Amino acid sequence: MVDIYTKPKISAAQIVLLFSILVLVVVVGIPVILIFLTAFFEDGKLNIPGFLQILKDPDTYQALWNSLVIAFGTTLVSTSVGVFFAWLVARTDLPFKKTMKALFLVPFMLPSFIGALAWKVLLSPRAGYINKFLMVLLGLDTAPIDIMSMGGIIVIESMYLFPFVFLQVESALERMDPTLEESARISGAGLLTITRKITLPLVLPSILSGALLVALYSLAHFGVPAILGTEKGIYNIPTKIYERIYSSGGSFRAIRVGTILSTILVISAALILKAQDFLLKKGKYQIIAGKSMRPMLLKLRALRTPLLIVSILYIGITVILPTVTIFLVGGLKTYGLSFETKNLTWANYLEIFRWKMTKDAIWNSVYLSLGAALVTMLAGTMISYVIVKSRPKGKFILELLGVLPFSLPGTVIALGVILTWSGRFGINIYNTPWIIFVAYVARYMAFSLKSNSAALQQVSDSLEEASRACGATHFQTLKNIVLPLIRPGMISAFFLIFLPALRELTTSVLLYGPTTRTIGVAIYALNEDGETVRAAALASVALVIILIGETSIRKFLARLQKQE
Amino acid sequence: MSEIEFRSVSKSFGTKQVLKNLSFRIHPGECFTILGPSGCGKTIAVRLIAGFETPDRGIIRIGSTIVADGSKGYALPPENRNIGVVFQDYAVWPHMNVLENVLYPLRMQKVPKEEALQRARAAIKQVNMDGLEERLPYQLSGGQQQRVALARALVSKPAILLLDEPLSNLDANLREEMRFEIKELQKSTNSTLLYVTHDQEVALAISDRIAVMNEKGEFQQVGTPEEVYDQPANPFVFRFLGIANFIPVYVKEGKTFLTSNKKEFLPLPTKVQREDGIQAENLLAACRPMEVELSRTTGPLEGKVVRKALLGPIIDYRIDLGGTIVRAQLQTEEGSRKNLIFEEGDSCGVTFSRLLWFPRNGEGEGTHG
Repeated sequence: MVDIYTKPKISAAQIVLLFSILVLVVVVGIPVILIFLTAFFEDGKLNIPGFLQILKDPDTYQALWNSLVIAFGTTLVSTSVGVFFAWLVARTDLPFKKTMKALFLVPFMLPSFIGALAWKVLLSPRAGYINKFLMVLLGLDTAPIDIMSMGGIIVIESMYLFPFVFLQVESALERMDPTLEESARISGAGLLTITRKITLPLVLPSILSGALLVALYSLAHFGVPAILGTEKGIYNIPTKIYERIYSSGGSFRAIRVGTILSTILVISAALILKAQDFLLKKGKYQIIAGKSMRPMLLKLRALRTPLLIVSILYIGITVILPTVTIFLVGGLKTYGLSFETKNLTWANYLEIFRWKMTKDAIWNSVYLSLGAALVTMLAGTMISYVIVKSRPKGKFILELLGVLPFSLPGTVIALGVILTWSGRFGINIYNTPWIIFVAYVARYMAFSLKSNSAALQQVSDSLEEASRACGATHFQTLKNIVLPLIRPGMISAFFLIFLPALRELTTSVLLYGPTTRTIGVAIYALNEDGETVRAAALASVALVIILIGETSIRKFLARLQKQE
Repeated sequence: MSEIEFRSVSKSFGTKQVLKNLSFRIHPGECFTILGPSGCGKTIAVRLIAGFETPDRGIIRIGSTIVADGSKGYALPPENRNIGVVFQDYAVWPHMNVLENVLYPLRMQKVPKEEALQRARAAIKQVNMDGLEERLPYQLSGGQQQRVALARALVSKPAILLLDEPLSNLDANLREEMRFEIKELQKSTNSTLLYVTHDQEVALAISDRIAVMNEKGEFQQVGTPEEVYDQPANPFVFRFLGIANFIPVYVKEGKTFLTSNKKEFLPLPTKVQREDGIQAENLLAACRPMEVELSRTTGPLEGKVVRKALLGPIIDYRIDLGGTIVRAQLQTEEGSRKNLIFEEGDSCGVTFSRLLWFPRNGEGEGTHG
């Protein structure tokens, strides 16, 4: 018998791997490296004293300190509020629980900078409607509440970030094995003792991980401090970076300061994520009982109705009041008039669609977020496939690059993108929509990777191997087996990117050019210019678009789930 | 129908060597089983043939084609090997119905539509799934999913069929039924079949030849089911094919003694004395529980009943032979007929209808299984 060799064909795996590494290196790797290089090196030499000197400069030092105080305060307030409502929904006989649970997640939909805008209208010390009302009512000479302060920033941020804690803790409380509590009860412990000694320690990992998530967001948050703080000279890291770059017209020195502050952000974010990962693993090990069972419910008795009213009031104040305010202010003939029908008009809304700047902004946001969502989804699918499924050499580089996007705040991405795409490598797309597009891809890559990897992990290797054994090539297997099976994950990745990108502010505000404003940037700029009415009108339009988007997508995903 | 050959194949993962210099041949049209404990590397052998893994060293040949050559880093992709594979977890595609699952291999091979449909329906009928063509996998039981997987593996008439523990996720009754169906299908399709399992019953029932593999991925014996069961090459093989008694003995001045209490044991048969390796001083006498014969009269060997368990048609005893425990089984009916129902604590005479003798080198003692 003669041994015959048959020639193999080139596998699709190598191509996909190379492409994945390329995308991650270009979109994420190079910008981050450039940020670190710019921060630590000056004229090609390591310059640690220079780095420290900028941190010690009172101006930047104050911003660092503010960021820390705001993050700490926001985390504290969000966690208290989130845990309280989570407990109320999961562990008491509060009426209309399902509705309340859905309502507590609504603040997620409301862009926090639009919320901040509304609160500025209501509670700014000079012109705030509520302040003016209270001054008349109580006969005061000065405004009783100043929302444009550190405290104000902390409260407003907490309003829109607390769902992170609520979501984590509520689901942990629901999944907790009730036998753990029941056995304590059988041993004779009262409800208070059980809560303190059993329940709380068991959900502590979830509480802490939700709190860390809030800290992560708050530390790098731009919108709320920008709207409530900058006028009063209160800066955190992202707003300071913006202020320096904006006021210097994008000088290299300002960018260098930005990169130094960015390194602080990246390092803290990485630490926070590491801590969260650790906590979640620990929490899973302790709690998960598998099926959710009926937990012990505390009877609220006489407090039932008052607590329901408190919950509804909370939603009313944090969601409905600011939303209504935005819509009403958007309809005012001139800012400062009272909300009477004779002062209201539709003209402002119509103008939004006629005026070039706002029209452009809506169009830019729509096509940039659609494009970024599509590209990021597809690239994320490929990268996740390589990370989850194949075992080529060099995979560790990919895994390292793959986690990087998770710890990159929007401001940092914007800076990295400026450093990379302003002609350093022969490509200058500064002031074009492309630079925003590239930034969006980098910013939302983490979402895509998360959603796609989760879907891919559900597809067992043998499903692919069975296809190969049936005579399908690697490529055919991807097309016929893998893609149809992970389609729900891909679709949800698309929406997870499209919706936040639509209202993005933090990154776009550092990258926009004269014709490339996005919705977020346009609202922010109008507000800066004192065009409060127009800002509110555009914000209203944005809210309507977001609302339509969110609901139709939720319906679509629900239908998809039913089909599965 | 193709021959499969391994020529000194080695494969390791990281620092763990799974297969080392493994060589064997599976004849065309043969049903060959690799039997071994879990994690011994038998699944790797299947994956190497299928092309899901590449050997580090050595050559794998299917028919006249070399499909993998470790030293050259060469491997033919799985899709070009003309194989059918049935996985332990069925691997039926959840987004395709039964018919689509079975049609898939034919679609990939660009078989004309009409013919493909005809063949797919025939394969579905062959595994008794006709009428369920439109069902999606989640609407099927485990056994039905495994039938779909079988039909899918058979439909393209592959030269070789690889089955990796296909029955281990099924319940006992279904397992028994399916193993005969697999055997029938193999006969009717005439393909070369490699079956991998840790279940000696399945292996003995369906194989033309069995290879028993140890934890280190080494073949201990290759032979027909009768050979492997009746003339095991070593204690490992004997133990792996059923409940095994091992009695450690030593030979002194032509007589054998129990190691545990130094009392005289049964004499070594002359046939065994002549065989190589059995010259050693330390031996293991091995037998199945059914080969231990108990009596009321105390014979040359005396034992004490330590535990009695009635398992329905058979009675299971643990007998203490002066420090060595052996398991004895006899049919309940025979026991009551011959007055051999003992109680715990009773003394009894022990003889053996058959004993196998192995040289002892650190191998296990007492009862296994």
